[in-house]
Amino acid sequence: MVAFFTQNPFGIVLLILGQALLILVPLLIALAFLMYVDRKVWAAVQMRRGPNVVGPWGLLQSFADFIKYIVKEIVIPAGADRAVFIIAPLLTFVVAVIAWAVIPFNPGWVLADVNVAVLYVLAISSLGVYGVIMGGWASNSKYAFLGALRSAAQMISYEVSMGLIIIGVILSTGSLNFGEIVRAQEGGYGLFNWYWLPHLPMVVLFFVAALAETSRPPFDLPEAETELVAGFFVEYSSTPFLLYMIGELMNVVLMCALLSILFFGGWLSPIPGLPDGVLWLIAKMAFWFFMFAMVKAIIPRYRYDQLMRLGWKVMLPLSLGWVLIVAFLAKFEVFGGFWARWALGA
Amino acid sequence: MTAAAFTFYLFSLSVLAGGLMTVLARNPVHSVLWLILTFISAAGLFVLLGAEFVAMLLVIVYVGAVMVLFLFVTMMLDVDFATLKGEMARYMPLALFIGVVILLQFAVAYGSWAIAPGTETRVAAPAGAMENTRALGVLLYDRYFLLFQLAGLVLLVAMIGAIVLTLRHRTDIKRQDVIAQMMRDPKTAIEMLDVKPGQGL
Repeated sequence: MVAFFTQNPFGIVLLILGQALLILVPLLIALAFLMYVDRKVWAAVQMRRGPNVVGPWGLLQSFADFIKYIVKEIVIPAGADRAVFIIAPLLTFVVAVIAWAVIPFNPGWVLADVNVAVLYVLAISSLGVYGVIMGGWASNSKYAFLGALRSAAQMISYEVSMGLIIIGVILSTGSLNFGEIVRAQEGGYGLFNWYWLPHLPMVVLFFVAALAETSRPPFDLPEAETELVAGFFVEYSSTPFLLYMIGELMNVVLMCALLSILFFGGWLSPIPGLPDGVLWLIAKMAFWFFMFAMVKAIIPRYRYDQLMRLGWKVMLPLSLGWVLIVAFLAKFEVFGGFWARWALGA
Repeated sequence: MTAAAFTFYLFSLSVLAGGLMTVLARNPVHSVLWLILTFISAAGLFVLLGAEFVAMLLVIVYVGAVMVLFLFVTMMLDVDFATLKGEMARYMPLALFIGVVILLQFAVAYGSWAIAPGTETRVAAPAGAMENTRALGVLLYDRYFLLFQLAGLVLLVAMIGAIVLTLRHRTDIKRQDVIAQMMRDPKTAIEMLDVKPGQGL
């Protein structure tokens, strides 16, 4: 039985498929409740009640929405490029899903333990922009097109500084593998061993870049409803719209996972003595998702030129400078290798 | 057929189909999209060769940045398909000439060149026991450090040149001074005046 899954090519494919489903199904179910949490937090800040009709405390609201989106008719505008119009939301969804292949949830709990995992995530997130551009262009609508252009410029701008921030963590670890990055943060002092302390300024920058990269408020210019109705997906309805929405939310959760893994020790326990485990990672991701939801409720939307200025004139020089500083701190092993975890043999 | 062979043929097929459709597609935007498919499939082939670092860079640099610019330009252009077709006939002889040259090169490569024994096994060999990200880093930043810096310098000069050529500092528009805006407070921005009725300021 074991031999079938490890040697037979068909068995191996089945095994990988099973593992992929093991990640995907809990993730999609979690997304339904995260969407509910997002709306509830938003409502609570504005002293509204939020979704409270479907199921106890409105818990099943996302499932009701899901059924509504599925059974509605797909409307394709007359002037649209039909093939690209349909492919674009699929692309957004698929790209958002496949990035999870390299995220480790526990020691060994990773679908693809590749040694360029960080680059893989960067590559996949740079593909995400195509779903947006293609959707905006294929809709054959001014609002959608403007939204797509804004989104593309925004994603490319913040990808640069996000990459530079991650380089700092890689310099400290000496590896591009997420598992290695988490293991490098292991130590006797619990949460004070994690990278948030040596890379403190970059945690803030990474959070801002993550907000911009996923087009969350205050950087939701691509879908600014006061200017562009709904931005690049203004012409989308029913299932294609659902795919866009799930794809975007999944990217947000991916950013929460990246924050937890890169700076907050992944599955490691914050208190020495308590056992490590996947629950810690989930708790950290939930905390960061809460922060995403709070930012959405609290901070007003940026103006587009302010967004570009922040990306290129503030975030980029800061993150580039930090790479230089970390390179020196790590090379000369300042504070006994505080920034150079590879030197400690961790 | 092994899984590796199957993925190789899958990616090769999609490289070829993507390349062909890039040329054949009537809509330039579709051409660019097919070209993107070609790049991604080529990245897949690199992964099969064991060059995962190059594969990821291909996706990040070409697909993530260069092709987005391509797509921008082709989408924003006001293209007239009729004139495009007319111009195609003009460039046909040149294109055919290039095609014939490449075909001849292939003929030479496969006809008369004898490949040294053992080449196939050396192609994908990693440098020692290192993973290839580290191997590339050692080559670029240790052994060929000066050449690498020189290449970077050339790019920097080219970039500065492009900026100098296109930079126009316009004085006739209002600019936003962010520092000045942040430093404003009611003391410097507001002046309290006692206006007498019927007189104004």
